[in-house]
Amino acid sequence: MHDRKYDAGADDLDAFAQERRRVLKLMAAAAAMAGGACSGPPPEKIVPYVDTPEQSLPGKPLFYATATRLSGYGTGVLVEANEGRPTKVEGNPLHPASLGATDVFSQAAVLQLWDPARSQTPLRDGRVATWDEFLLDTENGLRELDASRGDGLFVLTGAVCSPTLQSQLEALHSRYPGMRWHQYDPLHRDNELRGSELAFGRAVDTRYSFDRARVVLSLDADVVSAAPHSVRYAHDLASLRRPHADRMSRLYALESFPGLIGARADHRVALPPADIERFAFRLGRDLGVAPAVVGDSPAPSFEKALVDDLLAAGAAALVLPGPAMPPRVHALVHAINHRLGGQGQTFEHTPPVAFKPVANVESIRTLADAMRAGRVRMLVILEGNPVYDAPADLEFAARLRTVARSVHLSAYADETSAYCRWHLPRVHEFEQWSDVRAFDGTASIVQPIIAPLYGGHSAHELLNVLLRSGAAAHDTVRGVWQRTFGNTDQDERWRTALRDGVIANTRAAAVTLAPELAESIFSNPPPPVDLAINFVADQSVRDGEFANNAWLQELPRSMSKLTWDNAAYVSPSTAARLKIASGDEVELRRAGRTVRAGVWVLPNHADDCVTVPLGYGRTRAGPVGDGIGFDAYRLRTLDAPWHGSVELIRTGAQRLLVTTQHHSRMEGRDLVRTATLAQFARNPQFATDEEIEKVPEHTLYPDRPYDGYKWGMAIDLNACIGCNACTIACQAENNIPVVGKEQVLRGREMHWIRVDRYFHDHDSGVDFQPVPCMHCEHAPCEEVCPVGATVHDSQGLNVQVYNRCVGTRFCSNNCPYKVRRFNFLQYVDRTQESLKALRNPDVTVRERGVMEKCSYCIQRIQRGRIEAERLGRKLRDGEVVTACQAACPAQAISFGDLNDPGSAVRAAKASPRNYALLAELNTRPRTTYLARVINPRPDDTEE
Amino acid sequence: MAKSVAPALEPTQPPARQTYASVSDRIADLVLKRRSRWPWFLGFTLALLCMLAFCVACAVLFWKGPGIWGVNIPVAWGYAIGNFVWWIGIGHAGTFISAILLLLRQHWRTSINRFAEAMTLFAAGIAGIFPVLHLGRPWFFYWLLPYPNVMELWPQWRSPLVWDIFAISTYLIVSLLFWYIGLIPDLATLRDRAKTRGRQIVYGLFALGWRGEARHWARHQSAYLLIAGLATPLVVSVHSVVSLDFAIGNTPGYHSTIFPPYFVAGALFSGFAMVLTLAIPLRHFFRLHDLITLQHLENAAKVLLATGWLVAYGYLCEIFMAYYSGDRFEMYVVKDRLAGPYAPVYWALLVCNVLVPQVLWWRKARRNVALLFVLSLVVNMGMWMERFLIVVSSLHRDFLPSSWGMFHPTGWDWTHLIGSIGTFALLFLLFVRFLPAISIYEIREQLHEQRKEGA
Repeated sequence: MHDRKYDAGADDLDAFAQERRRVLKLMAAAAAMAGGACSGPPPEKIVPYVDTPEQSLPGKPLFYATATRLSGYGTGVLVEANEGRPTKVEGNPLHPASLGATDVFSQAAVLQLWDPARSQTPLRDGRVATWDEFLLDTENGLRELDASRGDGLFVLTGAVCSPTLQSQLEALHSRYPGMRWHQYDPLHRDNELRGSELAFGRAVDTRYSFDRARVVLSLDADVVSAAPHSVRYAHDLASLRRPHADRMSRLYALESFPGLIGARADHRVALPPADIERFAFRLGRDLGVAPAVVGDSPAPSFEKALVDDLLAAGAAALVLPGPAMPPRVHALVHAINHRLGGQGQTFEHTPPVAFKPVANVESIRTLADAMRAGRVRMLVILEGNPVYDAPADLEFAARLRTVARSVHLSAYADETSAYCRWHLPRVHEFEQWSDVRAFDGTASIVQPIIAPLYGGHSAHELLNVLLRSGAAAHDTVRGVWQRTFGNTDQDERWRTALRDGVIANTRAAAVTLAPELAESIFSNPPPPVDLAINFVADQSVRDGEFANNAWLQELPRSMSKLTWDNAAYVSPSTAARLKIASGDEVELRRAGRTVRAGVWVLPNHADDCVTVPLGYGRTRAGPVGDGIGFDAYRLRTLDAPWHGSVELIRTGAQRLLVTTQHHSRMEGRDLVRTATLAQFARNPQFATDEEIEKVPEHTLYPDRPYDGYKWGMAIDLNACIGCNACTIACQAENNIPVVGKEQVLRGREMHWIRVDRYFHDHDSGVDFQPVPCMHCEHAPCEEVCPVGATVHDSQGLNVQVYNRCVGTRFCSNNCPYKVRRFNFLQYVDRTQESLKALRNPDVTVRERGVMEKCSYCIQRIQRGRIEAERLGRKLRDGEVVTACQAACPAQAISFGDLNDPGSAVRAAKASPRNYALLAELNTRPRTTYLARVINPRPDDTEE
Repeated sequence: MAKSVAPALEPTQPPARQTYASVSDRIADLVLKRRSRWPWFLGFTLALLCMLAFCVACAVLFWKGPGIWGVNIPVAWGYAIGNFVWWIGIGHAGTFISAILLLLRQHWRTSINRFAEAMTLFAAGIAGIFPVLHLGRPWFFYWLLPYPNVMELWPQWRSPLVWDIFAISTYLIVSLLFWYIGLIPDLATLRDRAKTRGRQIVYGLFALGWRGEARHWARHQSAYLLIAGLATPLVVSVHSVVSLDFAIGNTPGYHSTIFPPYFVAGALFSGFAMVLTLAIPLRHFFRLHDLITLQHLENAAKVLLATGWLVAYGYLCEIFMAYYSGDRFEMYVVKDRLAGPYAPVYWALLVCNVLVPQVLWWRKARRNVALLFVLSLVVNMGMWMERFLIVVSSLHRDFLPSSWGMFHPTGWDWTHLIGSIGTFALLFLLFVRFLPAISIYEIREQLHEQRKEGA
């Protein structure tokens, strides 16, 4: 029982001895619970409702407004609960970070909730323990701290954007003035923070208004991908990308790793990080805010066009610095943006949304130093997994081992938990009371949708323990807001906040500032690097937080279409120079550390640069996330949080990397049709005029009338940013199983809507094309099914009758769009109870041997129709929204009744850009596409 | 020997020194008297092992699902369908030899028709298993049949798979009847000659009381001719319908009007190759050189050469039509076959099916038994590759490059293929031990006619 490892804590033993009887009792209770965990839930009486819970109607889902968190910042969501089970997440239209859409992480949150691998019990030194034991142990620790006024108490969090957490931390600090609070998030914003300090002498947040920006330059700033503001920014950016002659923005992008914003850019150059920095310097010189610099432009023609455009756009121009750009680039970009005059129009500064932001790397280093010096008597880790993701040269794990009393609150018993004395299961976002601010400061209340599945506690509850407050989290949160709301309409305002999912008037107010740059920051230009390493957040698992989420793991990364893995990405020419190919294993060496990784050669990647996504190589993520990919954190040191130099050596071995798209070129087929804005102005019908083959006029099959509803979809390829939100939303809505890496390798992924990605043959352009079922009016699949398992309904839907399907797979062969998915094996997990609770009760769970495909969310159509019929009217436009459409941040998907003259989808299909994919086959698809229009500088396009 | 003049056409008829009784003895003794020797037992053991492997593979398949194979999206059809088409094709030569050559009064068929029919029956039976194995939920295969049911659902008649069911079941039934009716007089012969009670009863039951009366013979002959007439159109129809499984589809590489005749030609080609594969060992091990003569083999080789050219014409036509049509998807399929990832298979099949059979222009080659045997195996292999290529390479790269994929066969794919060959071999080995591999009464009849002519 008494582990000698914890010598420093040996004096607690007395406390234990005094309460021997109690300890024994607790141990008995723990044993009983441990045993109980294996024999199902404790016996409870099941009684029917005497009074129906408020608003609850069996079979009818309820939606609750709450928020999900990413790097501490919130995004408002509506959680669908079916009979009390959260099953699906929708965006909250009232929330500024969502506007009704979501990112992939919010969609995957329900799987995270129901994940059977979540930690289910407190652990003490890795052994099952109880919360009461923890209380007892902590009480002993607190007593010591009381004596020292908190000296030796250390708290580690990420960015704190929760007003309640903030007030609790403040309270803790006033009680224990000696307490030290550290912050660390591996995807930190240190550069942004330092940059604002360089420019303004204080920390500020900067938020952008893309809906007012006519010319945008991204300096490796993929603002629409995997960040807390991405959904909103994608929405705003898309709003100015509609092809109007005088209202379409122009996007310039410089990037090392091809990102989503680069894929949408009108002009794009791939450069290694140091060159992007050098380019920023030159740009500063060109715009007169930085001293002259030596050296050639890394992208001369791009630079000239860009400067002209930026100057012409003036206040409507915007330059974005990437989070990995060094502080001086951030400072320089502030100066450039102010020089262009967009303050208050395209961007504005606000005081930091997060509570007391600090430079994370410095903060964790100080903490490690304190641990090394033995000054840490009690460490409470409220968030994060520093053993896994702290800078490698801190040797965080070894330091943590020396801490006598360490407490780790986390959803999984992960790498850090293994080195802490106490691991406490953290409740999921949907199981707790809390609050959170969005990137623009707007606050939301986080409310529980379901009682904690496995016990567990929130950060607020843990802090209440440290504060010796008996308050429940709900009362704590409410108490904080009580102070804000004041006494008038207290209850009403609380209820409104809960119902709306946003708290009115909490958006951070803008401050007007003027930058002042010290010339000295430009003194030493970045040294040239032979081969640069570029650390990026993985698009699916981010910093590793989502590693055990199978939906996210199987989601193909937008550019590489890789699943279930990270890879060392290099450009084709660098691969040729280093004589490596996709699938080769290489050893990456920097600063005396090595990591072995699989190579993936990615077109459009910058030369002389290796990009390594973080978040893989986990050892204690859970059964899904363990042991896949490689751990890039092991190369990430204090001095190189994002970029550095690296050596790459081929090992001769191979790594199996699996992708869902093996062929990346269009082969001269007019699948994604693109024109420049000028060409579009000359010929708005370009999409159909230039069709390689004409659509046949005759058909053997009779045209069927569709008198009632006639469902159709239009997908705007101009808006789509390729973010995958549609794919995962569909997966959550339609109970789509995950198949695993080995099955993806065999080409059996099940996604009903996939996002095809094509690299251009002659330039560095990229096209995305979401492909759901086309619901062809002359569906080739229907003709060949021998048992009539796929048929047309009266609304023009091509429906799949799972119960009738025998699995000949002829329909898939005959589908030119290859949107059908087959259950080659028993993919749906029929044994895991918690995953059963996750499923949408309105959608059939398919068994092996059965074909399936996109149904246009027929369950939503039916629900809407029933409701409308009950009210004695027809469905109105917008009452039926498909899951993919709802999730799309860029609003690329419109869906509705083609018989309704006022429907949005009909308006979309009336666009001259509307075309059908493979129309020459005369399948008459109901899903059509709006061709892409790009807006490059006119002089670049004269042919 | 070397100096001797070129031999005159060797007879395809039984040697004149044979009598009715000696013919009966020769053939019936193979079944009744001759003890099985080690080559037969060796073959039997191997075939039995393969058949058991096939059973295990089927059990695993039913338990887990078609995911044990390499099939995927886009290549949703794999070995199962390729094997199906291949086996059905092999079956064709039997019917062709029995029915069409009978109607055309090609007497040389007599020595080979019986085992060719058995080959048809076994091949078609095995072929019939594959579409069922192929299903995702094979236990519902009967939903493809039109039977009255409480769901009031019928098959979907526009689907060629439904036509397939009819084509194949008709073919199986007619082949079985044809074979069995042909066997009846011989079964009676065996019954009469059997020494053990058990054999007398079993052969007797199947001989249906045949006494060799004139009336029996008259009815037998008219029934046999009628069935031959029925079977004749089936030679063309079955593989035409099978080809529609592909031709009706819109997949480039499938969607082609030449498919029905092209498939029939391919079927005869592979069928005759299989006849040679079976006839040569049969002749060798059972010392039937006087009944299955070099002339028989040479005739089969000639048919092989002719059908080989029909198949080659099909290949040429596909390439020509792809470019003539100007359809970019069709053109891509051709390019992909010539130079894509499955190009080695395509070139190999051209070598096997087009290039190598050209040695048959030489008479020496046609009469070289060892060479014919190897060639027949090569052609069988080539035709299997053709089936594989049609099924897989058309699917693997169709309309949207984003969906392009590859098919990689798994161990279970190979087990099903090799297991089916083993099952076929097993059935054939049992057949030669328990039934007369050559039609006794027809040889006797031929002897009779020969004497008449001689007299």
